[in-house]
Order: sequence, then structure tokens, then C-alpha cells
Amino acid sequence: MPSLKELRARIAGVKSQRKITSAMKMVAASKLRRFQKHAEASRPYAAAMRRMLAELATATAGQGDLPVLLEGGKGSTHLVVLLTSDFGLAGGFNANLVRATRQLVSRLEAQGETVRVLPVGRKGGEAMARIYPAKLVDRITGTGGREVQFQAAADLGERVTDLLMSGKVDRVTVVYNRFVNAMTQIPTEEALVPLKLAENDNKTEYSAQYEFEPSEAELLAQLLPRNIQVQFFAALLESAAGEQGARMTAMDNATRNAGKAIDELSQRYNRTRQSNITKELIEIISGAEAV
Amino acid sequence: MPVQVEIISPEKLLFQKEVEMAVIPGEEGDIAAMPDHAPIMLLLRGGIVSLYENGVVTERFFVSGGFADITATRCTILADEALAVEEIVVSEAASRLEMLEVQLTNIAADDIADQDRLSRKIQAARAAIEAAEAAHPLH
Repeated sequence: MPSLKELRARIAGVKSQRKITSAMKMVAASKLRRFQKHAEASRPYAAAMRRMLAELATATAGQGDLPVLLEGGKGSTHLVVLLTSDFGLAGGFNANLVRATRQLVSRLEAQGETVRVLPVGRKGGEAMARIYPAKLVDRITGTGGREVQFQAAADLGERVTDLLMSGKVDRVTVVYNRFVNAMTQIPTEEALVPLKLAENDNKTEYSAQYEFEPSEAELLAQLLPRNIQVQFFAALLESAAGEQGARMTAMDNATRNAGKAIDELSQRYNRTRQSNITKELIEIISGAEAV
Repeated sequence: MPVQVEIISPEKLLFQKEVEMAVIPGEEGDIAAMPDHAPIMLLLRGGIVSLYENGVVTERFFVSGGFADITATRCTILADEALAVEEIVVSEAASRLEMLEVQLTNIAADDIADQDRLSRKIQAARAAIEAAEAAHPLH
């Protein structure tokens, strides 16, 4: 049985832990709000870009010889980009994503494709270096956690575009945590190349008579790399919001558990204290009776 | 009938308004987006987007490049970067221009793609400075 002094020290320890976790929860909550706003603000660009791409794809359809960035290469190398966080303490945020990646990789390999992985974020980098050291293209860190800058997505996009253009990879899938709400983030796979354009066939009323300047092919060649960057940007934003959501939930749980632990410890402390007093009283009384 | 102009950067929707006419710096020359314009998609060079109301310029934005999608009723500009002309700091833009010019002289003579890219950036930077100087003549 621990002594009163030990119990007091443990209670104090758990209390200061609770302070930390509840502070982290608040920070995550306020970051989450900010990141969500960013994610929303970035949607009009992505939407307009999708519209233009769909329009262009219709215009260039049937012309054959589509660009690598749209159709993918001829080989069978598949690049998997996973977006994780740099920091932990976010519940199963990264572990779930790593699991989803492993499933995707074994599925792709079963289809006979050669898989390369490009993890973004320290956590994913560490996991991938452990699981797939031979498949690693590179490890990128420092893109998550803080505010997501478009530049980070642009760099990542350029990197991937280079890999595609040089024929090192033929297809690209990005795996990231899609933000649903603070409680739920869903590991999501999204094919970047070949590009799936809106299946809902949303042809606008102008479709047939669109003019392009310079040519369709030139515009497409400019739009596609940009589109990859924008897709990465959107995924990074979702992932950043998801990370904060996951951390908020994890820290909320930790705070609650700490509260429970404090209650239990306090009860034990009080019981021990009471039984000590009782014991002392009995000693005094039996001592007095003996006199 | 006005046209609905939207200027969007990857980060956010910067500007949205109905105007009479918008003049856009297309890769192959300026294009004016007016009501009932034939639908066209174009590549932008770095330059100034001017918005007209009742025949006079009301607002000007600098875009560093991007795409535009013009239809009969709207004009969507997807800018790589965009800035209201009033917000351009001339000294900053000038130092950037200088840096680009140094880069251009350092580039290998046979790397035409890179030269092309840089000279486009230089053009854009010059356009930004010109516009900014015109906007506040005191500088």
C-alpha cells in the first residue's frame, strides 16, 4: 500500500498532466477552426479547375496521344504518396493511414504493379522506412502541423510531375485522412494519375463552342501540373484539419481519463488517511485502557 | 447585362463582382470579357486585370499568371498569385525584378525553356511595377 506522501505526489503528477492535455486540446481546437476555414477557402479554385479540365478533356477527347499527366505512363510503376503528420499525440491518425497504405500496396502488388512510396510527414516517413525501405522514393517533412502553404503543395506537385515526366513512375495515388468531423477522419485513396474526371458528366451548355487560346493541348499541358498541385493542396489541407481534429479528440479523452485517475487516487488517499487516523486512535485508546 | 468576374487564387476567392467589362492579360494578347462573349479558355501571362464600369477603370489587379475561363455571363480567373494594384509595394517588386534579371544572366545559354520561363516572370514583374507606379504617382 502506497504511503500518503507517495499518493500525494502521484495526484499532483496526474493533475499537471491533465493541465497539459487540456491545453493541447484547446490549441488543437483553435487550430482546427482555422484549418477548416483554409480548406473551405481553397475550394472555389479547385472547383473552377475541375470545370475547366472537364471542358478541355471533352474538347481533346478522341485526339489520341493524351499527356502522361492525364493518362498515366505505359509502364507499371505506381507511386503511392501518403500524407501524415510530423507530430504524434493524435490518437490513431497516423497508424490508420499507415495501415490503409499497406493494404493499398499489397493490393497493387497483387495486380502486378511495382510500387514506390513517397511519405509526407515525419510519422509516415518513419513507418515507411521501417516497412518498405526498398520502395522509398524520399521522405518529406515539415509540410504538416503548421499552416499549410500552397508552396508546399506546389513543391510536392512538381516533384511528382518530374517523376511522371521522366517515366520513373506511371501512376500516382495519394492516401490521406479525409476530415469528416473532429471525431472521424477516414483514410482515403485518391487516384491522381490517371485522372478521373467528374463521372457525373456535367457538360455545360457551352461545351460544343468553347474556344481555346493557345491550343487545347498547350492549355492542357499547363493545367495538368497545376491540377496535381491543387489536388495535393486540397489533400494537405484536409489532412491538416484531420490531424488537429484527431489530436483534439485524443487530448479530450486523455483529459477525461486523467480526471478519472485523479478521482480514484483521491479516494484512495482519503481512505488511507482515514484508516491511518483510525489506527492511531485505536492505539491511543488501547494505550489509555492499559493504564 | 453585366459579367460576373471572379478572381481566385489557390488559397482563396479574392474578388467577386459584377462589372461591365474586364480586360485580361492573355498569353497571346489582352482580351476583354464582356457580356455575351463567346466562351473561351485562355492561358494568362503576368499582367494587370482591369475592371471597367461605365467606361472607366474601377479596379485593377495584378496576376502573376494562370488561366481564365470566359463565358457569356461570367469570367473566372484562376490566378497563380493575385494582388490588388494598390497593395503592390514598388520597392519589393523592383528588388524581385532585379533578382530575376540576375538569374537570367546566370542561366545557361542553351536552356531555352528556363530562359523563357524567367523572361515571362520578368515581364510580369515589370507590368506590376508599371501598374503600381501609375496607381500612386507619388512614388
